[in-house]
Amino acid sequence: MSELETFRLEVREWLEANCPETMRTPVKGEKDICWGGRKFVFESDDQRIWLERMAEKGWTVPTWPKEYGGGGLSKAEAKVLASEMRRIKARSPLNSFGIWMLGPALLEFGTHEQKLEHLPPIARGEIRWCQGYSEPNAGSDLASLATKAEDKGDHYVINGQKVWTSYADKSDWIFCLVRTDFDAKKHEGISFVLFDMDQAGVTTKPILLISGNSPFCETFFDDAVADKKNLIGEAGKGWTIAKYLLTHERTMIGDMGLPVPLSSLARDKLEVVDGKLDDAMLRSDIASHEVDAAAFMFTMERAKDEAKAGASLGAFSSMLKYYGTELNKDRHELILKVNGSDAFEWEGQFSNDGEIARNWLRTKANSIEGGTSEVQLNIISKRIIGLPG
Amino acid sequence: MALVLNEEQQLLKESAEGFFAEKAPVSQLRQLRDDKSEQGFAPELWQEMAEMGFTGLLADEDMGGTGFGYVGAGIVAEAMGTTLAASPFLSSSVIALSALSGFEGDAAETLAASVAAGETVATLALDETSKHAPEKTAMKAVKSDSGYVLNGMKTFVPDGHVADKIIVLARTSEEAGNPMGLSVFVVDRGTSGLIVDRTSMADSRNWAKITFENVSVSADNLLGTEGEGWKTLELAIDKARLVIAAELLGISQEAYRTTMEYLKERKQFDTIIGSFQALQHRAAHLYSEIEVTRSAVLKGLQVADEGQNVAWFASLAKAKASKTAELATNEAIQMHGGIGMTDEYDIGLYIKRARVLQHLYGDFNFHSDRFASLSGY
Repeated sequence: MSELETFRLEVREWLEANCPETMRTPVKGEKDICWGGRKFVFESDDQRIWLERMAEKGWTVPTWPKEYGGGGLSKAEAKVLASEMRRIKARSPLNSFGIWMLGPALLEFGTHEQKLEHLPPIARGEIRWCQGYSEPNAGSDLASLATKAEDKGDHYVINGQKVWTSYADKSDWIFCLVRTDFDAKKHEGISFVLFDMDQAGVTTKPILLISGNSPFCETFFDDAVADKKNLIGEAGKGWTIAKYLLTHERTMIGDMGLPVPLSSLARDKLEVVDGKLDDAMLRSDIASHEVDAAAFMFTMERAKDEAKAGASLGAFSSMLKYYGTELNKDRHELILKVNGSDAFEWEGQFSNDGEIARNWLRTKANSIEGGTSEVQLNIISKRIIGLPG
Repeated sequence: MALVLNEEQQLLKESAEGFFAEKAPVSQLRQLRDDKSEQGFAPELWQEMAEMGFTGLLADEDMGGTGFGYVGAGIVAEAMGTTLAASPFLSSSVIALSALSGFEGDAAETLAASVAAGETVATLALDETSKHAPEKTAMKAVKSDSGYVLNGMKTFVPDGHVADKIIVLARTSEEAGNPMGLSVFVVDRGTSGLIVDRTSMADSRNWAKITFENVSVSADNLLGTEGEGWKTLELAIDKARLVIAAELLGISQEAYRTTMEYLKERKQFDTIIGSFQALQHRAAHLYSEIEVTRSAVLKGLQVADEGQNVAWFASLAKAKASKTAELATNEAIQMHGGIGMTDEYDIGLYIKRARVLQHLYGDFNFHSDRFASLSGY
């Protein structure tokens, strides 16, 4: 038996013994998702136990080095773990911007001390992170950001405002883009710093959205303090880190375009005659969508394989972000059509408190957050096609 | 299998691109068209393609081929799409060879070896109406003392006017619409009662209508089992559809490339038109569609070589490649403006070839419908 097969059996056995039964059921709503952090209240003992056990193995971040709280697994081993988790329908033990975004950036740009301090608490779900990027006058034109960080020797004093800060009100720390040099060129005066949200100089205010939810906040800094040891990379070189992180974020948002079988949803909801959905127009729209969705799924696969073969993803991630988010919006429009008037129930047991409509409305932000579709198209046309100015 | 070309395939790609750029630039097709060439392709090109091993990509090395499989055939088809190289590659080396490889027996094997070597040109006569509908095949093959007698008409036969051997689907039992009762025969060019009419088509390539009037063939001309031919042939055609999708990808890519070149040099209002955001966003969208199509085509070709059930992948790739080729060629004409409408400019040749290939063995509508059925809805 190969080492990988032995590993698979070990994983299978461990999951069987350690994954609680209730963590092997589909996530029904936001409250079933474990985000961790100092303010997080576990929905159940099982949810807490599942996180603790997985964190103990380092399997919340399977490929990170062991010394930073990871599992030290190879990519192939991590794939085995993921497939074994899928096999028993295990829920993700921890959702976290620390894992998806800050972690990869720290691994790439952080010092050994910075990694030791921040990565293990991310892996254990002890510290919840938010991302301080956008500002009221720096959205698509992110490099116009004006939040100011004054150098006070061993620390920075930060003043300014961020907006669209996802879950700022629930987070413990922020990774934040600030301007440390107002005289340098737009992209060169920006620094990447980390600081605690639980301090007098930080206030947050949720923004209610059309979906009736409020995942985003306005965030205000009034003489907030960031310790100098939490400057990542060099002062004035934050844009490089921000770009690296955005590539990650874009690929991740692009991932949402992966096909959830719309057709099975339609089969449950609509009449099927001779094996075909009885609504010919809708069937044709769904087929057209699913052709694109499948082709996109293989494009994600190809991008990963090309990256493994040593190609740099670069601006290709803008294409993935653009295509994936547009597909996701299209998919939710079709889900509305499949569900008819049921889709619009805002409250009630059957609609899980308006889940279909709220999810649909949420997708409208896909082509805005992480760089709008128009910004992605600009990037493709300039960096890939090479069209002028 | 990783969804990227391996080193060997990458080398094939480079050599194919170089070969067709040098030996069969788009000016060659234009010349053939203007000369009203009898053959519709340059025989010396076809000869050189055989020497390069392009005619035997689908045949294993022990059968005298080069063993590059469907991924290899797709690579070459894509390269041919970029220069609109005219030759019986698609009809003979891909479609006919794919069909022959599906059948057991000496007759099929012998013919396959000769087709792989480029010595014999074979083609498939399948459709009977303007819409691709193989199950509706009405052409009759009636058993006789010495074999079978064929009666009926086939249309849209690629390179039918030059093919030495015609592989044909005919009904030996059941009614039109039934996938059973169909059988596959090989008919020699020049057989009595076989009438071949070359059809002049928009893409200036070589298509034929073939009429069978009491054409007698021997029982040895039957491939596979009587009445069960479609099952085997459908699998072969699905694989060929993937190679057609690859040629459509090549056409899309070239239409896109020349259009981007034009956007970077053409000035209006004293400005390079490629700096206009209205055009940039459409260009970037087109780029995205081509890349997404590339993935679907490569995935399908790999699945074909792995010998898995390829139907779903073939319909996916043919649907997607057809839609993208339509977008790419339409955008190319529009962005070129008036010059794109002139015969002198090459882009018109690309839109014409794209449309014809889109319809070969099922267009977007045919394949998205089939994709839905194969997905269970």
